Amino acid sequence: MAINREGNGYTITFAIIMVVIVGGLLAVVSMGLKPIQQANIDNEKMQNILQSIGIKETDGITRDEAGKVFSIYITRRITINYNGEILSDKSVSDPIDPKDKLDAFNIDLRKEYSKFVKPIMNKTKGNKELLIENLKKSTDIHFPLFICEHNGSKYYIVSASGKGLWDDIWGYLCLQEDGKTLNGSVFAHKGETPGLGSKITEDWFQDQFVGKFIANDNGFTSVGVLKPGANLNEHQVDGISGATFTGIGVQEMLSRNLIVYYNFFKNHPEFSGNQPKEEDVIIETMASDSTLVSANDTIK
Amino acid sequence: MSEEKKESLFSKKNRKLITDPLNKINPVTIQVLGICSALAVTVQMDNALIMAIAVTAVTTLGNVVISLMRNIIPSRIRIIVELVVVAFLVICVDQILKAYVYDVSKSLSVFVGLIITNCIIMGRLEAFALGNKPWESALDGIGNGFGYGLVLIVVAFFKEFFGSGALTIPGLGKLVLVPESFFDFGYMHNGLMLLPPSSLFIVAIYIWVQKSRNPELIGE
Repeated sequence: MAINREGNGYTITFAIIMVVIVGGLLAVVSMGLKPIQQANIDNEKMQNILQSIGIKETDGITRDEAGKVFSIYITRRITINYNGEILSDKSVSDPIDPKDKLDAFNIDLRKEYSKFVKPIMNKTKGNKELLIENLKKSTDIHFPLFICEHNGSKYYIVSASGKGLWDDIWGYLCLQEDGKTLNGSVFAHKGETPGLGSKITEDWFQDQFVGKFIANDNGFTSVGVLKPGANLNEHQVDGISGATFTGIGVQEMLSRNLIVYYNFFKNHPEFSGNQPKEEDVIIETMASDSTLVSANDTIK
Repeated sequence: MSEEKKESLFSKKNRKLITDPLNKINPVTIQVLGICSALAVTVQMDNALIMAIAVTAVTTLGNVVISLMRNIIPSRIRIIVELVVVAFLVICVDQILKAYVYDVSKSLSVFVGLIITNCIIMGRLEAFALGNKPWESALDGIGNGFGYGLVLIVVAFFKEFFGSGALTIPGLGKLVLVPESFFDFGYMHNGLMLLPPSSLFIVAIYIWVQKSRNPELIGE
């Protein structure tokens, strides 16, 4: 008996068989390639962290190498919350467990921003005090801190995440032993304009942060991103022409994130070698940034 | 099948399946299909190359699979079947890129997934694979993938050369082609070249050149 190819029974049977076969094949492909893909993602993160240190041994390190030498350089992984309380403290002898969500290495910077910080920023609508109050209350937001020991010096690798013109931006910065001087930086982005905003990942932009300070005699002062060509002081870097809003995004994310680490070092003098002076944090820098961010949102 | 009816694998007719899409029936410039990705992934040469390879792989394999199934596909759900096959192939390509050329897959980002909606692929499945044997379908897929890739590479060449003064070739890295001394004379990169609109200009000029060289392509 010939099969009726136009019948409902045939059509439905065909569809079911096809979907089962295709689904099965996709599952096999996905499971088979998953370990390699995850290794790529982990190695890239290690590469970013190592490159941000700003020592010549890890400058320009490749992704595969980074995976091998990560534990040689990074000796301690700490997770803190907005108030500077230590939530997790792992040393080099503790292997990175992908299931331990509090391990500093497993903290997803983009998720921290888009899932936890952004809703709070949207809710507070640029109101600076309210934003800080809400950030302090949040139990979801985590800040990773990596400690690198190399040639007798300590380096603190801190993180920042925020929003550029189109999508998320994030990065790692390295502070010297005093907890104030920047030693290196690495930025990444999801969808900034190629050739314009995407230049935040280029060396000339990242290298500008080397030697800048995140604090002065009056307390915390974030690093500002100015229009190119301006006279720069020790808290300012050149922005990218044609990518003003990406620059504003970098500036906002630095001021919102670095202050957490600044306060942490201030309250934990055992980390930064010398006891910082007791001053209050300058509030103005962040207030102006929050308004800029809302302008950024409307543009999009 | 009788012996005399069997034609050689690379007969003139079969060769035309590959060469025609490069010029006379180019999917991008003549049929104006798949323009969207031609605008988006041509900022760097290596992205354009990988995209061309990915699309060629999907058209070729998709054509073969659909051609093999052409006699058993219920005609009422044939578009759905085609979509499932294409989606399956595209997901495989995406997963493979993520595993083996991670950097490229990052810069192509969503455009790999968007191959599913590339009109060239569905167009070839509907127009060719459903009515032809697997071997011809494979050649047709390769031809159309190359035709698409050719335009992508030409566009990427001009965009990257004038936009960043360099060409990124897989395996060789970024080759800077504009010497530093040019900048001393006031040469500047053309920022517009890095943005999607410039692809429209380049594709338009491509079509102009192509049609003036092939008068038979000019429509009635």
